[in-house]
Amino acid sequence: MSAPVLELDAVSRQHGEGATLVQALRTVSLRVTAGELVAVMGPSGSGKSTLLTLAGGLDAPTAGVVRVEGTDLAGLGPAGRARMRRTSIGYVFQDFNLIPALTAAENVALPLELDGVRTSAARAAARTALEEVGIADLADRFPDHMSGGQQQRVAIARAVVGDRRLVLADEPTGALDTETGEDVLRLLRGRCDAGAAGVLVTHEARHAAWADRVVFLRDGVVVDETTSDPVESLVETGA
Amino acid sequence: MSVRFALLALLEQGPKYGYQLRSEFEQRTGSTWPLNVGQVYTTLTRLERDGLVEGAGSDEQGHVVYRVTDAGRDEVATWFTTPVARTQPPRDELAIKLALAVTVPGVDVGTVIQQQRSATIRALQDYTRLKRQEPLDLAWSLVLESLVFAAEAEVRWLDHCEARVRRAAAEAPAPEPSRTDEKQETTR
Repeated sequence: MSAPVLELDAVSRQHGEGATLVQALRTVSLRVTAGELVAVMGPSGSGKSTLLTLAGGLDAPTAGVVRVEGTDLAGLGPAGRARMRRTSIGYVFQDFNLIPALTAAENVALPLELDGVRTSAARAAARTALEEVGIADLADRFPDHMSGGQQQRVAIARAVVGDRRLVLADEPTGALDTETGEDVLRLLRGRCDAGAAGVLVTHEARHAAWADRVVFLRDGVVVDETTSDPVESLVETGA
Repeated sequence: MSVRFALLALLEQGPKYGYQLRSEFEQRTGSTWPLNVGQVYTTLTRLERDGLVEGAGSDEQGHVVYRVTDAGRDEVATWFTTPVARTQPPRDELAIKLALAVTVPGVDVGTVIQQQRSATIRALQDYTRLKRQEPLDLAWSLVLESLVFAAEAEVRWLDHCEARVRRAAAEAPAPEPSRTDEKQETTR
């Protein structure tokens, strides 16, 4: 079995102290290997988003270890973590978070340019990523002139550009209609099939169903997990 | 499910024999509702009796071929333009199970809900795997989506039940000690 791209080992995160202490996450362990898409489900306040921010090094756990590609994020220091976020981790958010003053291609190229990649090389990589999500023809368009589905495709291209191996998606389909949301899931799934490791936070069962495994969180604790083994087929194909 | 209307609708496209009708029905519905050929022939006999189809001779292999009559065409048109009736809700085992789980003492409702949610999501994962097999026939993909929507609705309903049960527990007037008493009561 391949080494996990993302590993959470007995991770806890608490906010506040004393009477205002909130245990957002309690000794959660999770491993996501290359090629795997894991969905995290749970009601609001169950710790889904906390899990994702810890996995992406945007926040640090109060206990436990988070490793990305075998590296303990706590040992990296702020600068090292920032570099890790730029080179190995891609985020997809519900509200796309594109920069309005930059074109699609510029948005996608930005993380590479921030990392010191030459502009021409970064733009070329951005074009390839946009091609991969099927909107190469919109490369020079600004976010305001794109539909929600197109903007989310740009966001996915930005999340995977430069071959980042961990893709973290927080309710990426929340602002999209069923069909467009499904296209986004198809892209994420395809990216994982091509070798990335993905974590998808969602409250929608139909989207979680694209994952290999579904982890259920309640009050910061993993209460259940579906396995990746296909169940005995419920319906036969029409072929 | 009205096999009768389905067969009439298939015959609208041209005369067919029993096996052909069965395989076309199953192709469109992804074998979700298997039909046995005996059922097809019984239905054809009834449709013929009612003047909605008529024999159209046999093909080279000797299959008895049927075609739709004008009355049959009217019947199909009416079927397509009439909404499916919402009759008595079918006896839903899950709804009954939860209704009892919240009233029978000693049942861990949270676990009942989670186990069902997990099972339903596994079914959804299975449907989604089928969706990923492209290209997907349009008719079959619509049937598959109906299964997806139904499973999705069930999970949403389970989420709702869980939130309601949790809220009811939080609002319950019974103080902590009496709950332990109850537990002791049930373990006796």
